[in-house]
Amino acid sequence: MDAPLDRLLARFEERVRVLPALAGQTAVEVAPADLVEVVAFLRDEAGFDVLLDLVGVDRLGHPEAPTPRFEVLYHLKSLAGGARVRVHVPVPDDTLELPSCWRLWHAANWLEREVWDLFGIRFAGHPNLCRILCHHRFEGHALRRDYPIGRRQRLDAPEAFLLTDDPEWA
Amino acid sequence: MSTRVPPIPAERFVLNIGPSHPVTHGTLRIQIEAEGETIVRSACEIGYLHRGFEKEAERVYWEQVTPYAERLNYCSSLHNSVAWCHAVETLLGVRAPPRAQALRVLASEIARIMDHLVCLAANILDVGALSCWWYLYNVRERLYDLVEDLCGHRLMVTWGRVGGVATDLPEGWGERLLVVLREAGEAVGEVREMLSSNRIFLDRVEGVCVISPKDAIAHGFTGPCLRACGLPRDLRKDEPYWGYERYAFDVPVRSHGDTLDRMWIRFDEIEASTQIVRQVIESLPSGPVILDDPGITLPAREEVQSTMEGLIRHFKRIMHGIHPPRGVVYSATEAPNGELGFTLVSDGGPRPWRVKVRSPSFAHFSAFPRMINGSMIADAVAALGSLNVVAGELDR
Amino acid sequence: MAPSNPPVRIGLEGRLDLPALATRLDAILNWGRLHSLWPMPFGTACCAIEFMGLVSSRFDISRFGSEFLRFSPRQADLLLVMGTITQKMGPVLRQIYDQMPDPKWVVSMGACASSGGFYDNYAVVQGIDELVPVDVYVAGCPPRPENVLGALQRLQEKIRRERVADGR
Repeated sequence: MDAPLDRLLARFEERVRVLPALAGQTAVEVAPADLVEVVAFLRDEAGFDVLLDLVGVDRLGHPEAPTPRFEVLYHLKSLAGGARVRVHVPVPDDTLELPSCWRLWHAANWLEREVWDLFGIRFAGHPNLCRILCHHRFEGHALRRDYPIGRRQRLDAPEAFLLTDDPEWA
Repeated sequence: MSTRVPPIPAERFVLNIGPSHPVTHGTLRIQIEAEGETIVRSACEIGYLHRGFEKEAERVYWEQVTPYAERLNYCSSLHNSVAWCHAVETLLGVRAPPRAQALRVLASEIARIMDHLVCLAANILDVGALSCWWYLYNVRERLYDLVEDLCGHRLMVTWGRVGGVATDLPEGWGERLLVVLREAGEAVGEVREMLSSNRIFLDRVEGVCVISPKDAIAHGFTGPCLRACGLPRDLRKDEPYWGYERYAFDVPVRSHGDTLDRMWIRFDEIEASTQIVRQVIESLPSGPVILDDPGITLPAREEVQSTMEGLIRHFKRIMHGIHPPRGVVYSATEAPNGELGFTLVSDGGPRPWRVKVRSPSFAHFSAFPRMINGSMIADAVAALGSLNVVAGELDR
Repeated sequence: MAPSNPPVRIGLEGRLDLPALATRLDAILNWGRLHSLWPMPFGTACCAIEFMGLVSSRFDISRFGSEFLRFSPRQADLLLVMGTITQKMGPVLRQIYDQMPDPKWVVSMGACASSGGFYDNYAVVQGIDELVPVDVYVAGCPPRPENVLGALQRLQEKIRRERVADGR
């Protein structure tokens, strides 16, 4: 379990910070600039070949750590060994932008679109960063803490939908 | 593949399927650019059943998320119910009593059987075999009776509790279950026999809409769809929870990654699950079905109704909710469709700060264009059924 | 065995020497309509799974003449809305309703379709009556198949009372 983590720390040294985690899980924090390099290392050299999930978190008003406001969690898993690692990436407050990982995993395409849709975090380099769950005329980002749960936005006509920019079209 | 006719030259056209279309079994939308009957390229649109589960979860207490979680995958709500409670327990750092864990295994495997029955019934119906639907759905109805007896509802059970389960098995329930499972085995066997020698059926699904193991991994496949590509990964074996390591069962694996293997593996899993259920019923540990912890569970009903302490504890627990430690956990279980994961972010309060569902359908459906490009339109229909995309967990 | 008495002929039929029946237009139209409702199942969520039970052997909606599912709205006269309708889905539902020929009826199955259910948030339409007129609401989350059969019978009662003069 710890061998890949040791390799990661040996390779990136202080650029990767091990976070205290509940339930014996493994979590590390990396800066946005190092994200792609770190997850590519994890995928290619530490065997974490599956990108399971991306989780956006809005800490606005959080009693413990309200800054930086947004954080994105990358859940990686090693298919062969079953090991898991969680990469926490704080999102810069001024740009609200992270680099995209869609070239590493097909799965990142939709997962990043979802984080953009619900939190308004951009992924630089994503080929088709458009809404995925909310309708295309939706304004604002529904899962932000300051989006009122009851603010409904009605859609009047069915969506035309021509995803010509989607890399899946190719 | 040898039976495929060469493509007929034709103009390209765009075909829209869904979001309200029988082949999508729900609210999916697929756009296809086709040349004659052959799909040149395609794209999917989701979100038509985005019900705001994650936002809703931030407003209610931890335990009140259970009914919402069940409605994520409405084909197998029994599993979702206990999986959610398992996730909250992981955050709390507690474990359900042994009997509750065994009952959860039982529930989860019944859910797997029921999920696969409806998936297969619908999938076989997609390729034109209506009679198989009746064979499989009748068995599902028999299982509904048992679920209703256990939980009080056919479909949406609300049976999981943080710290255990709501009710113990009714008298004679286990024996009745074994009878029904024997019938299920017979029905499944008959359907399988009807299909396995049926040339029309096999031509529709064999070697069709293949996904390579490499693409399956890149899309984050889990569960039966991954195992149909020859990768024998199953959380029940790899990271056993609820005492799965105590039961002897095989993880079915198939190797071609085509529509047929995705269907066949579900038949195999119904058998494997039946095997597990038998062992659970034979070796059910005795003891309580829920923890007795004033911070987590409610006191027994008799205690509430006969003692002041019980009443106070009940009142405080309901009003104050559960207060887990601050932090983040990820908890995954092997749902009928694959890895169902919950990321829980807690600020120490009675309500989740953030809940994120990692649903297997989301990963599977994202690979759908890659699977169907180059196939015939009718093959895409069969392939979609074999992925068993459930819109509730896809869109959340 | 021959009938012992000649058939009794009363009313209008008695005066005609034809194998004919006299009735009101409303009665004959409604009789035909209510026993052969063709549903267009608009299933989005959990309720659609119970609907599968409804059309299967045990509950068997065909006993009430409504087993002929039409997935094209242009061939259906009963819109069965089963499941949560989201803001994104709303206009699709309306479009499908508009595509159905008159006369047409709508059954809202389950808590979500009827009121949004326990999804009171940004994404969910709080009852399909914001979008289409509803004839019968069915309670439950999801309703049992018997409950939906009951709703079908309620709808049949309603159709029995309808009048051509009212534009039906």
